Amino acid sequence: MKVAFRIIAFAIAVSVFAGIAVSVFTSCAFKKAPDNKITVWHWMNDRRDAFKELAKQYEQIAGIQVEFKLFSPPDIYAQKVIAAARAGRLPDVFGILGEKKTLAAFIKAKYVLDLTPYMDEEEKAWQKSFYPQALGVIRFKSGNEYAVEKGIYGVPIDITVMEFLYNKKLFVQAGLDPQSPPKDFDEFIAYAQKIKKSSAADGFVCGWGEGWLLNALATEWAFNLMGEKKFFQTIEGKVPYTDKDWVEVFSKFADMEKAGILASDITTMINKEAEDAFSRGNAAFSFNGSWSINVYKQLSPDLEYAFFPLPKISQRFPVKIWGGAGSSFMVNAKSPRKEKVINFLKWLTAKKQQEFLALETNNLPAIKNCESGFSDILLSLLEDLNILTHPNIWPQNEDSRVLEVMNTGLQQIIMGIRTPQEVAQKIQKIKQRILRQ
Amino acid sequence: MIDKTIKDKVVNFSFVFPAFVIFSVFYLYPFFYSFILSFQQTDGIYYSKFVGLQNFKEVFASGLDWQNFKWWSITWWKASSWWNSMYNGVFITFWALTFQNILAFALALGVDKAIKTGKIYRVIFFILPVLSEIIIGLLMRELLLTNPGILNQWLEKVGLGFISHNWLGRESVLLTTALVHSWKGFGWAFIILLAGLQTIPEELYEAARIDGANYMQRFHRITLPLLMPVVSLVIVLTLLGTMQAFAMILALTRGAAGLTEVPVMRIYNHLRLSQVGLACAEGIVLGAVLIAVSFTMFNLSKWIRSRWGVLPR
Repeated sequence: MKVAFRIIAFAIAVSVFAGIAVSVFTSCAFKKAPDNKITVWHWMNDRRDAFKELAKQYEQIAGIQVEFKLFSPPDIYAQKVIAAARAGRLPDVFGILGEKKTLAAFIKAKYVLDLTPYMDEEEKAWQKSFYPQALGVIRFKSGNEYAVEKGIYGVPIDITVMEFLYNKKLFVQAGLDPQSPPKDFDEFIAYAQKIKKSSAADGFVCGWGEGWLLNALATEWAFNLMGEKKFFQTIEGKVPYTDKDWVEVFSKFADMEKAGILASDITTMINKEAEDAFSRGNAAFSFNGSWSINVYKQLSPDLEYAFFPLPKISQRFPVKIWGGAGSSFMVNAKSPRKEKVINFLKWLTAKKQQEFLALETNNLPAIKNCESGFSDILLSLLEDLNILTHPNIWPQNEDSRVLEVMNTGLQQIIMGIRTPQEVAQKIQKIKQRILRQ
Repeated sequence: MIDKTIKDKVVNFSFVFPAFVIFSVFYLYPFFYSFILSFQQTDGIYYSKFVGLQNFKEVFASGLDWQNFKWWSITWWKASSWWNSMYNGVFITFWALTFQNILAFALALGVDKAIKTGKIYRVIFFILPVLSEIIIGLLMRELLLTNPGILNQWLEKVGLGFISHNWLGRESVLLTTALVHSWKGFGWAFIILLAGLQTIPEELYEAARIDGANYMQRFHRITLPLLMPVVSLVIVLTLLGTMQAFAMILALTRGAAGLTEVPVMRIYNHLRLSQVGLACAEGIVLGAVLIAVSFTMFNLSKWIRSRWGVLPR
């Protein structure tokens, strides 16, 4: 009896273990996808239906099934792609979220295919179809700071532009001309205060709980006040962050707070909340990307608003705004279906498909000459493509530890915890420590 | 005979083997791998360089001004982001240990006596802990935001307008976070303490009543000593749970410019910024601190129990 019990118990234990082992290994092992199926991973929630429709069209034309897999939120998606890369389980096509150094790491680890030979085919026809600003983000020039071999490592799907927005209805209510946005910082403050007085709306709302939005605005003002040369000298360590120009840039955030125009709880707000507040007419101004056109269309189709580049804080240097860095797709260097994937991406970035994507999702297309049918608001953004800048196209980038201290410092300035001078000193301190390392 | 012993051992080990494999793959391997990574500067994808103790130095000393360092000053931790986050964690833990656990204990005592309605309360109090931390964080944020100011409007309506203020402003955001965390977490402590209370034999209370002991004497001489193992378990679980709190705080305040940044949030941010080595070093330091505190707490509770006569001295 005892022996029988032991045999049964042993059999159960072995079968449980075998079951676990089989389920673990079958889920881990690389499932060989059929040769006529391309898998694409992305995080673009707003483009889910449009991608699905395009996949359907492509299957009818080419007989190749394309599966777009959406993973959201973006933070989780970014981690998933890194984990998949380490596990050797990347799909045929994927997007990389994060700084350019992350893309560089993927390339150096040989996870991403160099698309230059394909871009250069037929006298660079494919390459020439893109806006240079869109390609800049995924292009590595020779001698780049990341030590990546010169080349183009992705296919841009759209362009993003970061600008200020204003609510036209609130402008009219306050007796302001809805066709004339503020030209400089003082006018911006005055307009915001006037609108706040004439309505229940806040002067300005933005998702400044997300540090990168503070960083984007601070660098735009830095370019305007000190110019590109001095800006990059700061990154090189030749100009300290305690320089009076930097302190002035940081002071602008304190000025906004002192003027009483900022939405309450702005430093704990995520961009989605800020978009929601602006779409409901709860704020006169916002600072956001061109993707927000689609967001506002969904949240409040009747919202009357317009973009303008930046309220200048100086006349010394031209305005530069963040942009160019839209969404891009990378090709898995180990995909057995590379040629099919390239053909699909060429089709996806052709005029007809780009027009479809632009009209369906209200994003600026990555390729030139497909503006027909664009809304006025999209066309207005296209005019500013020549003043775009972005960390991903800069010759040098600031260390993420410095940026972290800067972003938190700007939040602290707005909350009244630290002065601009104190924040400048704190940033400089960490900068010096990193330079010593 | 020897063969039989070996056979027995093999059979016995085979029962443990699946659990051992799973534990090794999902706990031991990641732990040792994190330990190795903590000595490296790595982005987790390609770049990796051995840097010795540099990450630990960064965790402990980053931001501290050694030239003007005064260890007796109670504000030195403010200069270091890591120690600032540890302070925030300890502050929230203090509120969880006191407010949360006292509330849970009081409710458990009440429900233990309320035989008829006990089950309903058990369900009600346990709803909060089973809800997602993110959901609680987002709901509470909606309630506490100055605009539209739902909580402040309610307070005005019930005549408590003098309490209303900016709950997520710099003066009160940390306390608000601690209270929301305690409110969300008291259900766990409630259930454990209630289970502990129900294991105390009723005969002991009856005997004490016959001997003329009043409620406070019964509580002091019977309930508390017999509940001590459970109380110490609740304290350790509260410590571990609160020092590792993250999701609710992220949804509620996103760190509020460092005012509510807790250790796990720092680790998460460094992982996001591809500073994997530093994040692992922070994880190791936090783990070591929590293990040390847990052992201290268990030994302390053992000592208290022996002092109160529950365990032999």
